Amino acid sequence: MELNQYLEMFIEESKEHLQSCSDNLLELEKNPEDITIVNEIFRSAHTLKGMSATMGYEDLADLTHKMENVLDAIRNEKIRVTPEILDVVFESVDHLEAMVLNIADGGDGKRDVSNTVAKLKRIESGEPVQENEAVSSIELAATEVVATTIVEQDSPQLEYDSFEKTVILQSTEQGFSAYEISVTLRADCLLKAARVYMVFDILEKNGDVVKSRPTVDKLEEEQFDQDFKVALITQTSVDELHSKILKVSEVEKVTITQLTKDKLVQAASEEVATTIEEVHVNENPIVSQQKGQTESASQKSTAPANAKHATSKTIRVSIERLDILMNLFEELVIDRGRLQSISTEVKHPELNETVERMSRTMGDLQNIVLTMRMIPIETVFNRFPKMVRTLSRDLKKKINLEVIGAETELDRTVIDEIGDPLVHLIRNSVDHGIESPEVRRANGKPEEGNVTLRAYHSGNYVFIEIEDDGAGINRDKVLNKAISKGIVTKEVASTLSDKQINELIFASGFSTADVISDISGRGVGLDVVKTTIESLGGNISIESTQGVGSTFSIQLPLTLSIISVMLVEIEQETYAIPLSSIIETSIIKNSDILNAHNQKVIDFRGKVVPLIFLDEIFEVPRNEQINQDFHSVVIVRKGEKLAGLVVDSFIGQQEIVLKSLGNYLTNIFAISGATILGNGKVALIVDCNALMK
Amino acid sequence: MNAVEQEILKVIVFQLGDKEYAIPLSNVQGIEKLMHITRVPKTAKYVKGVINLRGVVTPIIDLRERFGIPVSDNEETTRIIIITTDEMEVGFVVDSANDVIDIPVSSIEQQPEVVGSNEVDFISGVAKLENRLLILLHLDKVLNPAD
Repeated sequence: MELNQYLEMFIEESKEHLQSCSDNLLELEKNPEDITIVNEIFRSAHTLKGMSATMGYEDLADLTHKMENVLDAIRNEKIRVTPEILDVVFESVDHLEAMVLNIADGGDGKRDVSNTVAKLKRIESGEPVQENEAVSSIELAATEVVATTIVEQDSPQLEYDSFEKTVILQSTEQGFSAYEISVTLRADCLLKAARVYMVFDILEKNGDVVKSRPTVDKLEEEQFDQDFKVALITQTSVDELHSKILKVSEVEKVTITQLTKDKLVQAASEEVATTIEEVHVNENPIVSQQKGQTESASQKSTAPANAKHATSKTIRVSIERLDILMNLFEELVIDRGRLQSISTEVKHPELNETVERMSRTMGDLQNIVLTMRMIPIETVFNRFPKMVRTLSRDLKKKINLEVIGAETELDRTVIDEIGDPLVHLIRNSVDHGIESPEVRRANGKPEEGNVTLRAYHSGNYVFIEIEDDGAGINRDKVLNKAISKGIVTKEVASTLSDKQINELIFASGFSTADVISDISGRGVGLDVVKTTIESLGGNISIESTQGVGSTFSIQLPLTLSIISVMLVEIEQETYAIPLSSIIETSIIKNSDILNAHNQKVIDFRGKVVPLIFLDEIFEVPRNEQINQDFHSVVIVRKGEKLAGLVVDSFIGQQEIVLKSLGNYLTNIFAISGATILGNGKVALIVDCNALMK
Repeated sequence: MNAVEQEILKVIVFQLGDKEYAIPLSNVQGIEKLMHITRVPKTAKYVKGVINLRGVVTPIIDLRERFGIPVSDNEETTRIIIITTDEMEVGFVVDSANDVIDIPVSSIEQQPEVVGSNEVDFISGVAKLENRLLILLHLDKVLNPAD
């Protein structure tokens, strides 16, 4: 079978399943008694096993299978969940991730996991192994009596909740027979959903389907490997059913097992866990018999089914194509500008109308093109819970990680770059920030430290904060270190504010850990983080109180390519000032301008604000010197500092696409880039930060 | 410089003042009519600014200014030749772009001493063709702003 075309899908889906495993394992650690979580993990692992076996990655399938056995034992309450067991399961997930990554890089997914496998086996064969064998031998014995073929070991038996059991038991008492039918489709079956439909059609003509695994919905979406199981209540004989189902083409094997009272009762005693999500109550057949009961049960079973996160349909598109789309769209914007000016000249009503309608459609289109590049920051955040767990176990600290705002959306390019800096900062918080439980207790803090990872939108920016309630930054230690490393001199050091001292830890060649650990503090630390974030057009700051904790705050532009600007005019030239730096605009009178130390300033709401005349800074050629009585001023901000940029006139606010000036023109003073206006001309973007140094 | 090793070199010929210059065709992306140039402040005098070349912001260099030839008024024939190299894309403002011709590599001579003006630094050779004299530009040197 040609598998290459499915490889990418396989890799993506495997990653998703592994991610869901990790998430749920973390959840399980918090609620070790919650069997539904185990079921969730089991399901992910099972799907992964099926997929990898189909794709021919035996190692991957094998390890997943071993892990699944342990999970199965947990879910059947043969093993109790302990941190040690979870460690091993986490280890397996790590291995699985490594394998998938290896496959993604073109490898064969092979990896030596004998150690982990041995551990898994040891867990699995704790005490309950006998019981396990006993059960399967009973089942086998029962199977051999009735079934025409032997039940496949691989697929788990169907599980029934109490309602289904009652239905089955009652119908057997009324002279019906209950069968568990396992249907295996051929591996090269192309229309799985159609075959499923045909099988169900036959079954429903002959009896009532009580439940199926996977659920009917999933079967219809072809979310299963090759086999599925159905529980049926019928009066038709086994042989007849068997041959009828086999008549459906592309069905490879049909196994029919009779469900007896004994088996159900036995299963009931063993399986406390009821997997409600997987129950599919087929309304039509049984309702007539037990109306009241069905209603309550179907409500019970549909609610969680709906709660299961609806997977929206997606396709994957390369960033490159989106860039091309964006460029083409800009061309359109320019042409629209031309059309608009032509239509105002021509004054043809129909033309005007068409151009107007086109403009509106293009506005919508623009929104879509822009949002297409945005993805939730979750894709970066979701690897941290596991990382923090591993770190805290390695460091023997108790740490609770809280993630807030994972749904915040950011441009894809920013998302790709932000992962490493965040890993670094979180490691830093876990390693240097949070103290050991003993120290925390001695300081009167709860033993468990808290690290909060928070993301939110504000204006044109996304903020990501990493907050810990650890030791905070030790001012003296940082200062001494900085002096000894020659980053600051003693004289300068005495004049630094607390904030400036905190900033020192971002200086290159700075590392405060007394002991260099594996986790952070190799001296290549935070300065790299700062550089990366600044290269993304963002910045990072720290707030820290000794003994209380620290907060690292990262400010990032929503997107690297689209910003909101205020367009201003100076003589014939148009400049764009990023809206994110602007506080407000105002018109000032000549008499409002004051002189202070050769610097023109104004009094802006009680603050003295220096004026920067952009025509002088940018050496704009003036046709004639005009003495205006009024000046248009844009008040901009950089941190705490304010400045007033004097321009000739305001044009208006606009969303623009940021363009680089190319490799030839680099480091132009106070210009951060360019954009193309509606009239097709290039406008330069003012870098307010550079103007206020 | 594979092109030089071949027998024939395809070049674009353009006019600056009374001289004819040539650039290998492999480096030329296109020839544009003069369009609106946005001035970029605080750059070298020969950098005229940037243009919007089908959605790409492209810097423009005035070759007259670059070579120290007195600037003429823009005329009908003025063209922008878009040059691409491995690292960058720029446009050269020239008086006119005449034609594409094949010159035999054997006709290219090293820079003679006589030319003696500012553009000497930017020349990689001279090709003599019947009664024409083509000056081959050394692109890397023209594009290197550090001089």
